[in-house]
Amino acid sequence: MLAKRIIPCLDVRDGRVVKGIHFENIKDVGNPVELAKKYEEEEADELVFLDITASYEKRETMVAVAEKVAAKLTLPFTVGGGINTADHVTNLLKAGADKVSINTAAVLNPALVEELAEKFGSQCIVVAIDVKKTWDRITRRSYWEVFINGGKTPTGKDVLQWASHVEKLGAGEILLTSMDTDGTQGGYDLSLTRKTAELVSIPVIASGGAGRLEHLAAVLREGKADAALVASIFHYGQFTIRQAKEFLHKRGIPVRLDDWNDG
Amino acid sequence: MIAIVDYGIGNLYSVYKALERLKARPRLTDNYKDIKKARGIVLPGVGSFGEAMGQLEKKDLISSLHEAVDKDIPFLGVCLGLQLMFEKSQESPGMTGLAFFRGDVRKLPPTNKIPHMGWNDTHFLRHTILTENISSGRYFYFAHSYYVAPREEKDVVVGICNYNVTIPVIINRDLLWGLQFHPEKSSHWGMRCLSNWVEVTKG
Repeated sequence: MLAKRIIPCLDVRDGRVVKGIHFENIKDVGNPVELAKKYEEEEADELVFLDITASYEKRETMVAVAEKVAAKLTLPFTVGGGINTADHVTNLLKAGADKVSINTAAVLNPALVEELAEKFGSQCIVVAIDVKKTWDRITRRSYWEVFINGGKTPTGKDVLQWASHVEKLGAGEILLTSMDTDGTQGGYDLSLTRKTAELVSIPVIASGGAGRLEHLAAVLREGKADAALVASIFHYGQFTIRQAKEFLHKRGIPVRLDDWNDG
Repeated sequence: MIAIVDYGIGNLYSVYKALERLKARPRLTDNYKDIKKARGIVLPGVGSFGEAMGQLEKKDLISSLHEAVDKDIPFLGVCLGLQLMFEKSQESPGMTGLAFFRGDVRKLPPTNKIPHMGWNDTHFLRHTILTENISSGRYFYFAHSYYVAPREEKDVVVGICNYNVTIPVIINRDLLWGLQFHPEKSSHWGMRCLSNWVEVTKG
């Protein structure tokens, strides 16, 4: 049976892993390669590296990070953040990344998703969608609106329509972040995740809000997510990935628990 | 030297790096001379069946691969590379595969999320060199939308996994091997599987 995936997310700035809430109070939490190795030992299923470097040199920095990580890691990993051309994707894949995540560029230029899926295969194209619950004054109802530019710019797009669209364009996975729950540690947005996961027939990775292990169980079960993205609770050592997986396993959720030491 | 067939598409670098780490002296190549004198050949691949076969044809590598297999050079197809070892695929009707194995490649049933993406427990129908020191039921990493349906199933299917449909994931006859999962991305057990294959290439 296919296991539900637990995916640590590492925010990278200028080549270092950092953690902050809403881009403020950013703290250095370590070297990407060392953290990646540690998470592999703890049986993370994949890793995501998100480039939050603001500077012009970000492309080269992230290619170098991907190269160093790929030399040490035997897990699949995704690189995201500011990717907007096929050449950029080629460089990252050549450096050893397995997938790339496209966010703002997908909204501004949907044809890019199609081009990338055709050129590199759907399995390496993740479309990241940042979503916030918004009140629509005209229809007088609230909906989940897609935001771009790191959550700064509203697009007026409804997440469900956008998710279906990127699936048709050839995206292999959707990385869905609720901006309402992100950073709160109060749990994932179960209703958003479930509606999206039930609508599309590609895997959905839920993101934003993990604070307790129950939250992981809830989003993988009630939220119907195929994978859960997790940052703070692992970076700060509240729980190990192994503990999270044992917790899920006890609740009947299929996870990969492959003790390397038991032969 | 292990020849990794570079046919211009897909992500060959993770296979390359994994073999390098195993000190297997990999070389990314599209040169038939390398393929003929290699101790082992890896056919990696992501992308589509038709595009991959088209590239192999364009680079005039199909006959070299057949010759190498006839000369009993150990051969390993990974993911799409495994699928290319069959006769044809629903993904690219009309396109002929390498046909080292009889059978075809089919789309995964739509009752599932597609691609079949992530870790799935793999069960060995019999043990072979590649699965030495690995117990049945271990998880390996998959990322694919099509699966192989061999015609001589009993003889060649060594390992399977379940995704609402039983998927043959380790295929073997003599020195021909195919893996639907990515050993180079499957952490410790994947690396052990790959290292077992490297041992095969040492004769």
